[in-house]
Amino acid sequence: MGESIKVATMAQMFAEGKTPEVLFWVGCAGSFDDRAKKITKAFVKILQKAKVNFAVLGTEESCSGDPAKRSGNEFLFQMQAVTNIEVMNAYGIKNIVTTCPHCFNTLKNEYPGLGGDYQVVHHTQFINSLLKEGRISLEGGGYKGKRITYHDACYLGRANGVYEAPRQLIEKLDAELVEMKSCKTRGLCCGAGGAQMFKEPEKGNKDVNIERTEEALAAKPEIIAAACPFCNTMMTDGIKNKEKEAVVKVMDIAELIAKAGDL
Amino acid sequence: MPYLPNIVFFLALTFGIGYFIKNVRKLLRNIKLGKRDFPKDNPSQRLKNMLMVALGQSKMTVRPVAGILHIIVYLGFIIINIEVLEIIIDGLFGTHRVFSFLGSAYNFLIASFEVLAFLVIVAVVIFWIRRNIIKLRRFLSPEMKGWPKRDADVILYIEVVLMLLFLTMNAADNQLQLLEVEHYTKAGLFPVSSFLLPLFEGLSAESVIIVERLAWWLHIIGILCFLNYLYFSKHLHILLAFPNTYYASLKPKGAFKNLESVTQEVRLMMDPSANPYAAADENMAPPEKFGASDVMDLSKVQLLNAYSCTECGRCTSECPANITGKKLSPRKIMMDTRDRLEEVGKSLDVNKGVIQDDGKQLLGDYISEEELWACTSCNACVEACPISIDPLGIIMSMRQYLVMEKSQAPTELNVMMGNIENNGAPWPYNQMDRLNWTEE
Repeated sequence: MGESIKVATMAQMFAEGKTPEVLFWVGCAGSFDDRAKKITKAFVKILQKAKVNFAVLGTEESCSGDPAKRSGNEFLFQMQAVTNIEVMNAYGIKNIVTTCPHCFNTLKNEYPGLGGDYQVVHHTQFINSLLKEGRISLEGGGYKGKRITYHDACYLGRANGVYEAPRQLIEKLDAELVEMKSCKTRGLCCGAGGAQMFKEPEKGNKDVNIERTEEALAAKPEIIAAACPFCNTMMTDGIKNKEKEAVVKVMDIAELIAKAGDL
Repeated sequence: MPYLPNIVFFLALTFGIGYFIKNVRKLLRNIKLGKRDFPKDNPSQRLKNMLMVALGQSKMTVRPVAGILHIIVYLGFIIINIEVLEIIIDGLFGTHRVFSFLGSAYNFLIASFEVLAFLVIVAVVIFWIRRNIIKLRRFLSPEMKGWPKRDADVILYIEVVLMLLFLTMNAADNQLQLLEVEHYTKAGLFPVSSFLLPLFEGLSAESVIIVERLAWWLHIIGILCFLNYLYFSKHLHILLAFPNTYYASLKPKGAFKNLESVTQEVRLMMDPSANPYAAADENMAPPEKFGASDVMDLSKVQLLNAYSCTECGRCTSECPANITGKKLSPRKIMMDTRDRLEEVGKSLDVNKGVIQDDGKQLLGDYISEEELWACTSCNACVEACPISIDPLGIIMSMRQYLVMEKSQAPTELNVMMGNIENNGAPWPYNQMDRLNWTEE
């Protein structure tokens, strides 16, 4: 807390006549949610350590429109999308990285039809390529042999087929990756998708995040790794509900890597 | 009248196939009530998907027990149908085992049909046990009560009866060949049905001929009846799985369609040169209805999906909402869509092809808002479907109708959408504060 982070905005870069290699799309959760802000900062540390020339949109960024679209408000979604696309096209943005699978999916799959064509990657994919290119390295970092289970985010996994990038990162930590009963293509949702994050669940006999937390706990992990700010919230709530917060931590992959790299 | 059997056979065949074609036409007419034409892009990828998923059953074996049993029944039915071709030719021309000139190849064919028929019986019995004795949870959901449950059992009974008739027919034929009865020339190899031979011990050739003819006729008539049962049953999937997998989306599952009708409006709103006071162009069609409240608002592919569903319930058993006791069941979404489409189709029959408002619609009369709002859009149902049906697309289309045409979103979602509209985030934070995290 307290230390301020220097992050360039697109506007600043543009004024200086510079072009970043990638735009970091922070997303609403990453900008405003207290838990997700820590993920944002962890990822920024990784970017800075790897000397990635990046920028954010800052106050020019607006909701990608995902929750509006999944709620059925196509109108609001497209208004958001078209506005964001105008901003990004004006800056000539080509590459985007984001820590939110919902933004990732929307920007990658739903913006092209509205005039926004970008190379969009999720931060787990981006960190993987940084490691492959040797721009960052990991040395131990205290995760050796720790039991880590990875919770697949629906909008990363099933929606876009990204199952391996986050798992490869966990394996690079020398940790013991343990799988839950349902994982990868059959991974169980955390309960936040489809705009459920913003409403009370419909009547049922259990909340989805509790069901998923039970599956996670059955794998007896020390850490539940997530790759989505909303999954993170849902799993954290689940762990609190089960009163396990002292023994099981919910962490984003970016946080794991940032800690392991001693950033 | 030496040709009487041939004539009767011809009439039965014509009627059986004719009635089926009549119903297939009805089916196509109903599917065509949907919007948007079938996709024509990327035929090679589509063909590949169809061969992999429908013909190759690639998604069935995700659940190995049901998957392997299903492949046995599936192979059994496809391969044994080669025999049906011979039966039809024999029936029309009064020949006996017309393909027997193939010699040892024929023996091999008949032998493999028999082994398959036996395996089909075993598999079907296990299927019946799973439904009626083990009572797997996914077969007992509320939407399976009544006809859907009976339909599933009837299909299993028909399959067993057809296979038993096939084996009986072969056994009797074999016995007649052994008795060297005229017309029954030596043909075929009968590794399974030869176990039935003791049943004919002591029977006269005439009696065995009666058994053989009876089994032969009941078998082929049974097949014709089964063919016509398809239209009235979930079992249509044996045909529709092929076009259904062909037309399934080629995009990543997370890519939801952007509504073109909305894009037009948004473009107009964002166009700085648009004259806000301009009179509406009289030639312009009124904007299309947003989203879906009834089957006619859905796409042709979605309606094909509904007819293709065989109610296996893999979608429902993977659905996070359903697992946690919510009302939503993706299978029910598909069944409701099909049932409503059938209802509309029946009213078309009565009203000579004109759609009449019957005061009912898919939304409300079949699918409730509670079901729609329970969905997390996680795509588990789409992933689970062995023939690439997309229940999520229908749920989203109906949410669009509720929100854009009726303004009937749950209150909290209205708050969330209001926030996005006012300050560009689902929560009430100022857009100008988006960089505050760098200072905290």
